Amino acid sequence: MSVWIALATLVLLAAVVYVISAPLRAARAPQRGQSAQRDELEAARAAKYREIRDAELDYRTGKLSDEDYKAIDGALRAEALEILNRLEALDDDEDDAERQVTPEAP
Amino acid sequence: MAALGRACLPLALVVCVYGIGASLYGVRARRPEWSDSGRRAVYALAGVLTVAFAVLESAFLRSDFSFNTVASTSSLSTPTFYKAAAVWSSQEGSLLLWAWLLSLWSSLVLFMTRNRLRDVTPYATSVLLGFGGFFVALMMFYATPFASTHPAPSDGVGLDPLLRHPSMMIHPPMLYSGYTLCMVPLAFGIGALIARRVDAEWIVSTRRFALAAWFFLGIGILLGARWSYAELGWGGYWGWDAVENASLMPWLTGTAFLHSLMIQEKRGMLKVWNVSLVLATGILAIMGTFLVRSGILSSIHAFGGATLGVPFVALIAVLIGGSIYLVVSRRGMLRTEHRLDSLLSREAMFLGNNLVLVGLCFVIFWGTYFPLISEALNGHEALVGPPWFDRYTVPLALVLVLLSGIGPVIAWRRATWASARRNFRAPLGCALMTLLVLLGVGVQQKPLAVAMFCCAAFVLGSVGQEFWRGMRVRGAIAHEPPPVALLALVRRNRRRYGGYIVHIGMAVLFVGVAASSSFQHATELGLSPGQSTHVGAYTVRYVKPTATITPKYDSAHTGATLSLGAVLDVSKHGRHVSTLRPSQGYYDSGDPSQGSVGHFIGGQAVSHVSMDAGITRDVWSAIAPNIDAPRLRRIMSAANKTIPLVRPDEGMIAVAVMARAYMQNPPTAQFHLIVSPLVMWIWIGGLIVFGGALVAMWPAPGMLRQRASARAASRAAARRGLARA
Repeated sequence: MSVWIALATLVLLAAVVYVISAPLRAARAPQRGQSAQRDELEAARAAKYREIRDAELDYRTGKLSDEDYKAIDGALRAEALEILNRLEALDDDEDDAERQVTPEAP
Repeated sequence: MAALGRACLPLALVVCVYGIGASLYGVRARRPEWSDSGRRAVYALAGVLTVAFAVLESAFLRSDFSFNTVASTSSLSTPTFYKAAAVWSSQEGSLLLWAWLLSLWSSLVLFMTRNRLRDVTPYATSVLLGFGGFFVALMMFYATPFASTHPAPSDGVGLDPLLRHPSMMIHPPMLYSGYTLCMVPLAFGIGALIARRVDAEWIVSTRRFALAAWFFLGIGILLGARWSYAELGWGGYWGWDAVENASLMPWLTGTAFLHSLMIQEKRGMLKVWNVSLVLATGILAIMGTFLVRSGILSSIHAFGGATLGVPFVALIAVLIGGSIYLVVSRRGMLRTEHRLDSLLSREAMFLGNNLVLVGLCFVIFWGTYFPLISEALNGHEALVGPPWFDRYTVPLALVLVLLSGIGPVIAWRRATWASARRNFRAPLGCALMTLLVLLGVGVQQKPLAVAMFCCAAFVLGSVGQEFWRGMRVRGAIAHEPPPVALLALVRRNRRRYGGYIVHIGMAVLFVGVAASSSFQHATELGLSPGQSTHVGAYTVRYVKPTATITPKYDSAHTGATLSLGAVLDVSKHGRHVSTLRPSQGYYDSGDPSQGSVGHFIGGQAVSHVSMDAGITRDVWSAIAPNIDAPRLRRIMSAANKTIPLVRPDEGMIAVAVMARAYMQNPPTAQFHLIVSPLVMWIWIGGLIVFGGALVAMWPAPGMLRQRASARAASRAAARRGLARA
């Protein structure tokens, strides 16, 4: 019984070492994640879209007057567009950087 | 097997220490492979603790009494159903459950954020592994679940009789899931502050975990209340007990956070407030665990010993000090991006709701820790009771319920008084109609209860109106029939309408609380067979006594050696309503000094409540039989003298003789009888609340697909509709 337990402990230890060391053993792969700025902008964009939808629902269910809705919706869309422009600029920057790193095929 | 469990603990501690080091090195030295390795240490911790938990669970199921924990909290006669749950009835087992659940939730959140927040997650990983390491160290140095004795005893002491209730199977895992899930937003909040990434992304990434923490904590609290009502013989579901309060406090701050995070998401406001709420919720969750496990405050729920006080106090001090330092040192970047557009806006309502929730939490915190504070100041442990809590919490609860009706009908950013007047017409009508009906039936003698009923009607009116209008709008746009439109509306706006369902559930729950606490009829008296009494409109007659002996197994799984009870006939205006069978179980103490027969019934005496629960009222009963009646005492003394300890079979015959004597000549028994209206609605309200939370938590349809094509969508959207702005 104690041999089996010792064996099980060793197997557990080996599994832990294997799981933990995998990223260190692997060749250093290019970063899969996104930049912090992109994360932030995408979170802001999703929140802004939700806000636009919420404002529309508020308007349609009678919580906002025509005048208020137009003003709020206009402001929200302007803010969303600003976020999208920043995302687009970021895309362009990343594309430029990628082109510089990867030479074009002949 | 204990050796395998013992080996898991140091391995888990090493994994925690390594993971903390690797994560911090990875983020500081910009070596993502080390951060990845640190994240994988959390997965490894989950694996190791799963093995440890499986070892302990299997020991309980196999009744392996060589494990000290098994011997002290289980026995051969404990039903399998309860053996499985006995793991977390002990100090050691519950620490293991805590660490195990933490490792599972941490693995899940880190897996889900593996490609995001790369500058925040290594710090969050370190914090989560820090908590994991703390609990593993407690198990290694203070309360190990794998301590063993050889040779093993032939039988164990058995599960605490009070814990033999189905709720207790689920209550601790739910509560601990809630507590451990609270650590996720806490860890990410700390990570965001350290990494100086205080935008809304960490909140968005952990929002679902905050909601899950709130959900599980809420279920745990409700199950605890149900257990208290159905198992403890005092007839209430909430006694403002220290441990009950300890679980309620993080739930309240968590509720506040779930509302205020929307303001940060949408408007970039309340950053200091949100991060403070997250930190406070996490710290209160740790304090809740500390209260249950340290035994520092007397509580019916405090099952722990007093050995864990110092490490917990040290952890809490570090958390509070560290949190204050981080918030103060990052205050510059936590500045708000916008200001409130109007006091008549949903943001303003959320702010009001946050203040009330935090106020409630403060009152409960003060009342709970007042004994410690007073002892520290003047050396006397002064207690505050339920009336003190009620004095402050009832008005705050009224305001809270009212706000939960106002919020849904007010628009974000700003609303006009004209639209507010139009939107409040139906909810106010509901409240007014409720008031007139209540005054008509003559219940004005309880003004606070009447106010709560009116506030609840207001909430039902406002939320009902929201569903109705939303359904009509959806039906008109999509040309769908009403039921389809309603479902589609909820599916497309899960957070909003899930939240509204939660508001309905809370209103219903508070109606149950107000009615049952204000219009309850209760009596405590002694009755002999044939006698009767009146409780409210009901007549309760003591028909006959009951007595059962259950040497090994009993159908009710109570495990009591002897149960003495009564058959009660409940009638109303001469018509039979129900038959109740309350009893009191007497348990084996295992203490031979009480005598060969005395020990069989010398352990804990536990009341087994009997009730007739209905939609409109519960008739609740508990009995305290007089087991010390002279006749019964004479039988026991004589048997103790004549029957040797080594003849338990003869001892049980003597117990049977006592049971027969009780049946033949029953002494007067003490009864506690309660008729409470609408208690059922507390549980129904709770179910509605959790149903709503599930709706809000469920991922929106096509969310993953949306994420995949987010980049393309952003470009397309920019060129289409948004350009018109």
